[in-house]
Amino acid sequence: MNRLAVELPGLKLKNPIMPASGCFGFGQRYAAFYDLNQLGAIIIKAATVTPRTGNPTPRVAETTSGMLNAIGLQNPGLTAIMTEKLPWLAERYPDLPVIANVAGAKESDYVTVCQQISTVPNVKAIELNISCPNVAHGGMEFGTDPEAAYALTKACCAVSQVPLYVKLSPNMTDIRVIARAVEAAGAAGFTMINTLVGMQIDLKTRQPLLGNRTGGLSGPAIKPVAVRLINQVHQSSRLPIIGMGGVMSAEDTLELIMAGASAVAVGTANFSNPQACPDIIKALPQTMDRYQIKDLTSLIQEMAVTPV
Amino acid sequence: MLQEKLTVCRQRQLTADVFELTLQGKMATIAQQAGQFVDVLVPDQRYLLRRPFGITQVDAAKQQLTLIYRTVGQGTSILSQLKVGANLDTLGPLGNGFPTEFLQTKQHVLIIGGGTGIPPLYNLAQQLVARGVQVTSAIGFGTQKQIFYEAEFRALGAVHYATDDGSYGFHGHIGLLLDAEFATTHFDAIYACGPRGLLLAVNNRYREHPHAYISLESRMACGVGECYACVVPAEDQQALYKVCDDGPVFATGKVAI
Repeated sequence: MNRLAVELPGLKLKNPIMPASGCFGFGQRYAAFYDLNQLGAIIIKAATVTPRTGNPTPRVAETTSGMLNAIGLQNPGLTAIMTEKLPWLAERYPDLPVIANVAGAKESDYVTVCQQISTVPNVKAIELNISCPNVAHGGMEFGTDPEAAYALTKACCAVSQVPLYVKLSPNMTDIRVIARAVEAAGAAGFTMINTLVGMQIDLKTRQPLLGNRTGGLSGPAIKPVAVRLINQVHQSSRLPIIGMGGVMSAEDTLELIMAGASAVAVGTANFSNPQACPDIIKALPQTMDRYQIKDLTSLIQEMAVTPV
Repeated sequence: MLQEKLTVCRQRQLTADVFELTLQGKMATIAQQAGQFVDVLVPDQRYLLRRPFGITQVDAAKQQLTLIYRTVGQGTSILSQLKVGANLDTLGPLGNGFPTEFLQTKQHVLIIGGGTGIPPLYNLAQQLVARGVQVTSAIGFGTQKQIFYEAEFRALGAVHYATDDGSYGFHGHIGLLLDAEFATTHFDAIYACGPRGLLLAVNNRYREHPHAYISLESRMACGVGECYACVVPAEDQQALYKVCDDGPVFATGKVAI
C-alpha cells in the first residue's frame, strides 16, 4: 500500500504534494529539473478569459523569511492555456492530475473559464481564485464578501464538469464566514491560504518597493497563520482542505495535515529550490517514520473532527 | 541548466563594496554564452530568493567560474563573508547571452559598460579576443575609487574610461563619452550592460544598428521563466518579455527600458 496516497473529491493523488498556483507556471521550465510525474498533482497559473499583462514592475520583493509578490495574474489567456499549456502537460504527463486556477474581474468571466477549462480531460479540479490580493477588480472582492462568494461559487459549480475548490483569503476578520458561504454554494473543498496583503518601503526612494505598492506575503513567515486558519476552517466545515502557506519541508507538510489539510501545495519554496516538491516527497516516508505515522490517509482520518 | 552546490575556491575584495567570487563545479563545463547568468541561493534560510549574477569568467578546464558582485544588502553581505570551501547552491547557466555568431576575425566591436554591469562584458571580451575579434571598451564609473578589472580589460584592447566626477578619464557620463569618442566610428557590433541611464544612452544611439545589444537587470523570483516577476514591456507595448528567460540580453529598440 502507498503510504503517501490521499484521496479528495476528483483527485486520486499518489502523494499529497503539488506546486501552488503562480509559483510554477505551467510546469514547462521545471520539467528540466525533474520528472513532473513525481508530483501528486499540479496547480497551474491562473487562467482568465483573455490574456492579462499583470502589474507594473518591480513585482517581487524579499522579506525576512518571506517574499511579497504583485504579479497581477499575468497569463496567456484561456484559449492559449487550453490549446497549448494543458495539451503540453497531457502529452508528457498523462497521469498527472491538473488543478486549474480560475480568475476573473466579474462573475461572467469566472463562469466562462470554469465552463470551458473543466472540459479538458487532464483538468481534474478547479481552484476558484477569489482571493488574489493584487488585482483591482474581481479577486479578493469576491473572497471577502460572503454574499458575493456564495453567488460566484454557485454559478461556477453549476457549469463546471469537475469538483470546485475555493481558494480562501487570509485577509479576513473571520475566515469561517466565507468558508460557510462557499460550502453552502456547493464547493467540493477549500484551498488555503492565499497570500497576506503586505507592503515594504525602500528607505532610499521613500516609495513602496513594489510597482503595485502592495503585494501578497508568502513563504515560511506566514506558515503559523496558515496552520491556524486551516485548523479553524477544518473545525467548522466538513469539506476537505488543500493546505498551503510557507511549506518548505516534509515536516511542514505534516504540520499542515495535522492542522486539517488533506493535501499540501508548495509555493515560494520552488523559488529557493526548483526541486522543492520532489525533495519533500522523497523526505516524507522517513519523516513519517520519525513521528510514527503509518500512512497519510490514517493521519487525515485521525485529525477528523465533528464540525462545530 | 543545472542546480549544483558549487564550492568557493577564492574570494577577493576588489573595491570598498565589490567582491570577486570564484566557484568550482560541473556548471563551468557547460558551454556558456557570455551574458548568461547564474542564480545563487544565499546560505541563510531567511533569504528565499536567489540572487542573479552575470558570469565574469569561465575556466572549463579547471571547472571554475567567477562572479563579481556588489554588497547592496544583507544577502550579498553574507556572500562576501563566505570562506574557501563553503558550498553555494547555484542554478545556471540561465538566460540568453550576447549573440556573436555573425562576427568574423578582425571585425571590431564596442563594449559599453558601467559599474557592476561590466562582469559579463569581461567574459564576452575574452571570448571575442580569443576568436580574433578586435575589442574596444568604453567603461563608466562614478569615481576612480570604484574602478575594478582595469588591467583585465586593458589586456584585451583599447579602453576608454568615463567618471561622473572626472577623477579618471573622461569627465561625464558614458553617453557623452560615446558622443565625444565614437560618434563616427563604425563597429560591427555593440554590446552594453550597466545602469538604466547607460542602457538608455546605448539604446538611443544604436537603435538602428543591426547588431547592438543591451543586457538588462530585473528583480526576479524563479529565474527560469515561470513566475512572470521580471517582465519588461516591448518598446511598442504589445508584448511582455521575461528578463530571465527571453533575456537578459535584448537587441536595441526591442524593449522599453
